[in-house]
Amino acid sequence: MKEPGILARFATGFAGFRLDVDLELPGGGVTALFGHSGCGKTTLLRCIAGLQDCAGYLSVNGDVWQDDNARLPVHKRPLAYVFQETSLFPHLSVNGNLNFGYRRTPASERRIHPPQVIDWLGLSHLLVRRPDRLSGGERQRVAIARALLTSPRLLLMDEPLSALDQTSKRDILPYLETLRDSLDIPIVYVSHSAPEVARLADYIVMMDQGRVVTQGCLQETLARPDQPFALEKDAAVIVPAVIRERDPQWHLCRAEFEGGNLWLRDDRQPEPGSRVRLQILARDVSIALTANPDQSIQNLLPARVIDIAAEQRPGMTTVRLQAGRTSFLSRITSRSAHQLRLSPGMEVCLQIKSVAIVE
Amino acid sequence: MSPEWQTVWLTLKLAGITTALLMVIGTPIAWWLARSSHWLRQPVAAIVALPLVLPPTVLGFYLLLLMGPEGVVGTLTDTLGLGTLPFTFAGLVVASVLYSLPFTVQPLQNVFSTINERMLEVAATLRASPLDRFFSVVVPLARPGFLTAAVLTFAHTLGEFGVVLMIGGNIPGETRVLSVAIYDHVETLQYGKAHLLAGGMLVFSFLVLLTLYLINGRLNNGNLRS
Repeated sequence: MKEPGILARFATGFAGFRLDVDLELPGGGVTALFGHSGCGKTTLLRCIAGLQDCAGYLSVNGDVWQDDNARLPVHKRPLAYVFQETSLFPHLSVNGNLNFGYRRTPASERRIHPPQVIDWLGLSHLLVRRPDRLSGGERQRVAIARALLTSPRLLLMDEPLSALDQTSKRDILPYLETLRDSLDIPIVYVSHSAPEVARLADYIVMMDQGRVVTQGCLQETLARPDQPFALEKDAAVIVPAVIRERDPQWHLCRAEFEGGNLWLRDDRQPEPGSRVRLQILARDVSIALTANPDQSIQNLLPARVIDIAAEQRPGMTTVRLQAGRTSFLSRITSRSAHQLRLSPGMEVCLQIKSVAIVE
Repeated sequence: MSPEWQTVWLTLKLAGITTALLMVIGTPIAWWLARSSHWLRQPVAAIVALPLVLPPTVLGFYLLLLMGPEGVVGTLTDTLGLGTLPFTFAGLVVASVLYSLPFTVQPLQNVFSTINERMLEVAATLRASPLDRFFSVVVPLARPGFLTAAVLTFAHTLGEFGVVLMIGGNIPGETRVLSVAIYDHVETLQYGKAHLLAGGMLVFSFLVLLTLYLINGRLNNGNLRS
């Protein structure tokens, strides 16, 4: 009987830094290890990979990779690792790089093959090039493809976009989304970039000083009113939605989510039917006791107050509300909260000033 | 075979065997020196570099004592039924290996220390075992270093004189190498024969080094930079 998920328990210390974690991560989807630099997220990833020697326990979807008695060496772990900076072998062509791991994977274990990966990551025109003739974004795409060709059972990515410029980042993100949706293996993604996490992650682990601060599924975690890592001003929820129609007359499009519809500017011109993630900042959400259509704000949703938390900043309050099965955050002044007599369970109307598609 | 050609052949054979042995012996030493942080690293590095500063006669003298019938190594080889090594070709090979050791180890150590640890980690995550990593990543990336090491070792062994004289003497077909033969010709005032060998060696050495620099230049200007 296999126990699904990743169980990781590590305790290690060096040079004044301690890593001490005990995690149970989902056995599929994208888990983001999120935190400031120096919080230990890369160290944790290296421990999972076996690149760093640390005492602990690790099992991946039922297979034990490390316990008190034994520790699989890196090359015997069926994982793939994408490093932060360029890591292509300079003495091999793109094709040689891609085949490096593929050749070393027993034929019976190969589930991912070159044509598939070359297609996913758009590499067909690069195969005969040498790594020093590629752009930063192309190199990272090759590195991801090379890693996937070992048919891993776990994909580890250490800030794969952080060394890239904005344009390359924008180019490569859709490829990562393709992978997330095409692969049936867990992906652990280290990042300190909130937009990347918002766009890619399903599950989030927030770390600080070598410890886990909070963890949970992305939507719920971001919708916590007691934002654990001082996002307050930028607190936002992520809402998965499907584009249903576009209205060229008013340059708007309608996105349907679990709990209602939202209208947003049609800047990205998404195809009707496409799945998107919407970002709604807490400061763009206000609360009214009754729906009042005589106003400029178009997105009005009936919702129920779940809980109310005072922010660290004096005078501000964050309210968590639920519309259908979707959580929203609203950031209002404490005086407003008091005058509206907001309390958990109360039925109110959400007024959403601005909705953006996460990119 | 004329005595001259016999000498040339013996010299090339000695240099070739020495180079081959040193590539095998020197590579792990150089790898350890480049990667380890063990406290023995500096002492070992100093010992490896000794032949660079010692007069060859000093090295030859102690090897003669060690490998002679009274020496530790000599007693051992004698009990094993191998006889003693001084004044044999095998003795020359042993001496040459020690004498040329820094010429193999130092270029290799230099090139190994330039190889980014990250490349080895990448190879490990791509299922390459430690030995596989060495041959599929380190060796190709260190190619210029291997070439330099091999050529320097070969050329340095060709030119050795003091150690050979101390330990091998001057036995035609067994230990009589080029440098000793040239010395002999000069001693006996046969300048013509001396010119032939000395000039030949000059041209040969120049060509070997020129080839090395040309190849290394091409490797460095090629696509090997990351």
